[in-house]
Amino acid sequence: MNIDILESILFATIVAGTPLIIVALGQLIAERSGVLNLGAEGMMAMGAIAGFAVTFHTGNPWLGVLAGMVAGALMSLLFAVVVLTLMGNQVATGLALSIFGVGLSAFVGKPYESEILDTVAPLPIPLLADLPVIGGPLFNQQPLVYLSWAIFAGVAWFLYKSRPGLLLRAVGESPSSAHSIGYPVIRIRYMATLFGGAMAGIGGSFLSVYYTPLWVEGMVAGRGWIAIALVVFATWRPFRVIVGAYLFGGVLVAQLFVQGSGMDINIPSQFLSSLPYLATIVVLVIISRDQNTVRLNAPVSLGQPYRPDA
Amino acid sequence: MLRLEARAESSQLMSYASPLLAIVLMMIGGLVLFYALGKDPVEGFRIFFISPLSDIYGVSELFLKATPLMLVAIGLAVGFRANVWNIGAEGQYIMGGVAASAVALYFYESEGPHILFLMVLGGGVGGMLWASVPAFLKTRFNTNEILVSLMLVYVAQLAVSWLVHGPMMDPEGFNFPQSRMFEESALLPMLIEGTRLNAAFLFALSALVVGYVFMYRSFFGFQMQVAGNAKNAARYAGFSAKKMVWIGLLAGGGMAGVAGMSEVAGPMGQITEHVSNNYGFAGIIVAFVARLNPVGIFFASLLMALLYLGGEQAQQYMNLPSSISNVFQGMLLMFLLGSDVFIKYRLTWKRG
Repeated sequence: MNIDILESILFATIVAGTPLIIVALGQLIAERSGVLNLGAEGMMAMGAIAGFAVTFHTGNPWLGVLAGMVAGALMSLLFAVVVLTLMGNQVATGLALSIFGVGLSAFVGKPYESEILDTVAPLPIPLLADLPVIGGPLFNQQPLVYLSWAIFAGVAWFLYKSRPGLLLRAVGESPSSAHSIGYPVIRIRYMATLFGGAMAGIGGSFLSVYYTPLWVEGMVAGRGWIAIALVVFATWRPFRVIVGAYLFGGVLVAQLFVQGSGMDINIPSQFLSSLPYLATIVVLVIISRDQNTVRLNAPVSLGQPYRPDA
Repeated sequence: MLRLEARAESSQLMSYASPLLAIVLMMIGGLVLFYALGKDPVEGFRIFFISPLSDIYGVSELFLKATPLMLVAIGLAVGFRANVWNIGAEGQYIMGGVAASAVALYFYESEGPHILFLMVLGGGVGGMLWASVPAFLKTRFNTNEILVSLMLVYVAQLAVSWLVHGPMMDPEGFNFPQSRMFEESALLPMLIEGTRLNAAFLFALSALVVGYVFMYRSFFGFQMQVAGNAKNAARYAGFSAKKMVWIGLLAGGGMAGVAGMSEVAGPMGQITEHVSNNYGFAGIIVAFVARLNPVGIFFASLLMALLYLGGEQAQQYMNLPSSISNVFQGMLLMFLLGSDVFIKYRLTWKRG
């Protein structure tokens, strides 16, 4: 294998992993506060169509990403009102949000189905971009790739080094103790959920504005669910999200690469396309095999409604 | 200020009233949506909710569409009662349809009642096999069944796509990705002349009855109910959690598979990539709106079927994409989950 191919595989892997990183980190924060939002797929779909539509009309991809972020956050607000204020079941509500978001995005996206956007040029980082092999893949990338690293750094710092981050984790571990020493559990969970929605929206807009600059119904194709699985795989730790996301990015790219290379192997394309989903299952099995891994790392109050007794 | 105040006891009345409240809210949401799209809301409402039911044929279509929803929802309800979250009914439905189609194509150009019988059996087994993956991984490796069953939906969609592009493709079909049309002997008999309503509707009704007996009259159904309401009590009583996971997933998978069979051997008469029409996901909504209750499932399936028909009408007469059905479905479930708060809480008005 020559170095150019290696470089382009590396490049594509990082691009494919980027939306997963952004979405999974958002979900990680929400889950650390005790909120399980299974609506990531729907929020991403809304982020994707909002991002596409705004970029299409304004010609400015940054406004598109912003619109995606707002759309994702609005979707998560809907979720938050139902599960945090009205104490609805988190699993069912998240699922409803996914169905609703995917349906609504298909609905509002209909007029955009045959449109395409201009490809956004990558943003090289001076000097670093000229490094051999890793220069291109790491430092001559879409701005959102750098953003995903910034989000990672921010999330890691927030969780482990900042006071509000400590508080967030406390709320996820024991909402009643956090409440009894005077912290606003519900408000903190609202903010964490909105952050998760905003990130899902950005991740969705990355797909439709940068990754494949067009809108197709169902284009999120399970990435929202994979991101949720990634958080479990990462045992709720930001660094492992990055590792896992690039691993998945690699699987996504490998199957595209084999399909596109015209290699003379007799594997149906559908089988290759199913690899990311099968990989998700395998990874979940590996991580859940030891019951303690998940039990010890999952936020204790994950998925449980909480209502302070005024 | 308006405040939520805990009720001393859950309100029986509200647990029945909240689905009705959700339906009303959904309809109001629909009026707002039509208005926002620049359509006349009253006309939109009429086309969406009333016009599908204006003649006998429309009503028979309603029952036809409700059939797979009833089958999927009753199977899922068994598991949901024990907090076994099978979210992958869509995939199990597809695999049931695939297995039933394999039977139909194997017996192509032959006669006999055994064909339909084997198709029903194949559909159920196909769905159960697909559901047994999350069940096995959950009981053996403690793997989250929500994510596994859901991932398998995508795999099932790809599998059916491969089959209709390859082994199951109609040899005389000009390379269209679809199977042969099934022969008469592989199609479900019609119930009413001049409509498409077929015998699967009777399966669905009997499945509801069997489901009712299992849930409310059998000891195992009781165990699952206890496990859903009070996990620790169930463990203390020695009820096997693994058995519940298996029963919950197999019931959901089997019924979804039969639903898939009812579609390929009913209105479709062949298998294509679009075998499912989202019935697997809509069935989840039906189960929740029905409060996991078989009688409720009957009515909720009719309602959900109306949303499908309304979407088709809106597409035809208002030039709206048919995905409007999914928007209504999602709205319905969100409103329901929200209005359920009134079962345990009441609104009170307090100064300050």
